[in-house]
Amino acid sequence: MSDIHALSGAYAVDALDDIERAQFERHLAECPACTAEVSSLREAAALLAETTAVAPSAELRDRVLAGISAVRPLPPLVGDETATVTALEPRRRRRVVTFLVAAAAAVAIGTGGIVWQQVNDDAPTSQTDQVLTASDAQRFTVDFDDGATATLVRSKELNKAVLVTEDMPAAPADHAYALWLQHDGVMVPAGIMPKGPDNEVLLSGDAATAEGAGITVEEAGEEPTEPSDDVVALFTFDA
Amino acid sequence: MNQLRPVPGGAPDEGAAAAPDLAELLKACGKGDQAAFAALYDSTSSRVVGLAVRVVRDPAQAEEVAQEAFLEIWRSSGRFDPAKGSPLGWLLTIVHRKAVDRVRSAEASSRRDLTYHHQNQPVAHDATAEAAHASLEGRRVRGALQSLTPAQREALELAYFGGYTHTEVATMLDLPVGTAKTRIRDGLIRLRDNMGVGA
Repeated sequence: MSDIHALSGAYAVDALDDIERAQFERHLAECPACTAEVSSLREAAALLAETTAVAPSAELRDRVLAGISAVRPLPPLVGDETATVTALEPRRRRRVVTFLVAAAAAVAIGTGGIVWQQVNDDAPTSQTDQVLTASDAQRFTVDFDDGATATLVRSKELNKAVLVTEDMPAAPADHAYALWLQHDGVMVPAGIMPKGPDNEVLLSGDAATAEGAGITVEEAGEEPTEPSDDVVALFTFDA
Repeated sequence: MNQLRPVPGGAPDEGAAAAPDLAELLKACGKGDQAAFAALYDSTSSRVVGLAVRVVRDPAQAEEVAQEAFLEIWRSSGRFDPAKGSPLGWLLTIVHRKAVDRVRSAEASSRRDLTYHHQNQPVAHDATAEAAHASLEGRRVRGALQSLTPAQREALELAYFGGYTHTEVATMLDLPVGTAKTRIRDGLIRLRDNMGVGA
């Protein structure tokens, strides 16, 4: 780990794989020097885009502006990271504890990342549908005592996974469900679930090579460095 | 560090006299101001799409990536922190990550052929070059890039525009793994110091 800071440049230009990224982000959480360096190198990287301007189509402008009108901007600093498109969910307070799978202790939970910025592509694309309808889709379902279900659908071919929930109780107040993919024993952040009992969420990261996936409860607004012990569900992928 | 240090705030603009204040626009977006977002779009869309095209290559897919990125920018606008960097840097970081995610997921099923010739497939973007020449900032960047060693520039461009991981870059250039990441970092540091950003 002694030269992990040497990854700062590759991190700034998104040239790390998911595992390295998670490891480096864990390092960032405790290394102000690297955090400052990454910030400055990202500024430098953004300059490269100055050499690439292309005038977009007029249709794109229409689509983008129409698209945002249906989406509420995230609140600053507090709240979960993906409060969005859906109608405002009344804050259901059923205790999440009632369906916690008592498996936390048994799971080797490794490290996690801290940057949650680009999770959950719920942009109006059909990537989610592509996964759900993929010919090689694999399904892994967890049934909870109270009738809720969570199904993880993975397409190796598309290298994507989608979590489908039904009747999922809301996370405790000021908390959110976080998604993880496990690579080589390391839990890599894969997004945060939007509010609401019934969701289809595209996980970020390389699903094809993951060994499994998990759902945990995390404090909203926080950027956890690793999964909490509040493990809601675990999915172990077949090889 | 040279004397060409840009104005405080560090947002590279296109040399326009009345470039809108992107930080102010983002702040307004965070409050749900769609007119502010339209202004933000108009000030940045050519760079956003240009970057997406350069990485993704397919123009239709690049516009999809740009659309996703703009949606993310809108959603996250209230969380932009001017103390942590320039608005354009923040915004293009989001775009770049989306573009890289797109090419990697598209290619994950058919493992990329990591041969050097990939690098020599120039995108057909003559229009790009033309537009970029209109940008003073773009010219400065091109000038600053000349201060990198050719080896640094090559590794940095493969990573940033090619969307390759540093490990892939090393393979493509027949380098030991640690060397590519070092070249990327050194190249960025040199670019940063030449342009006087982010310090």
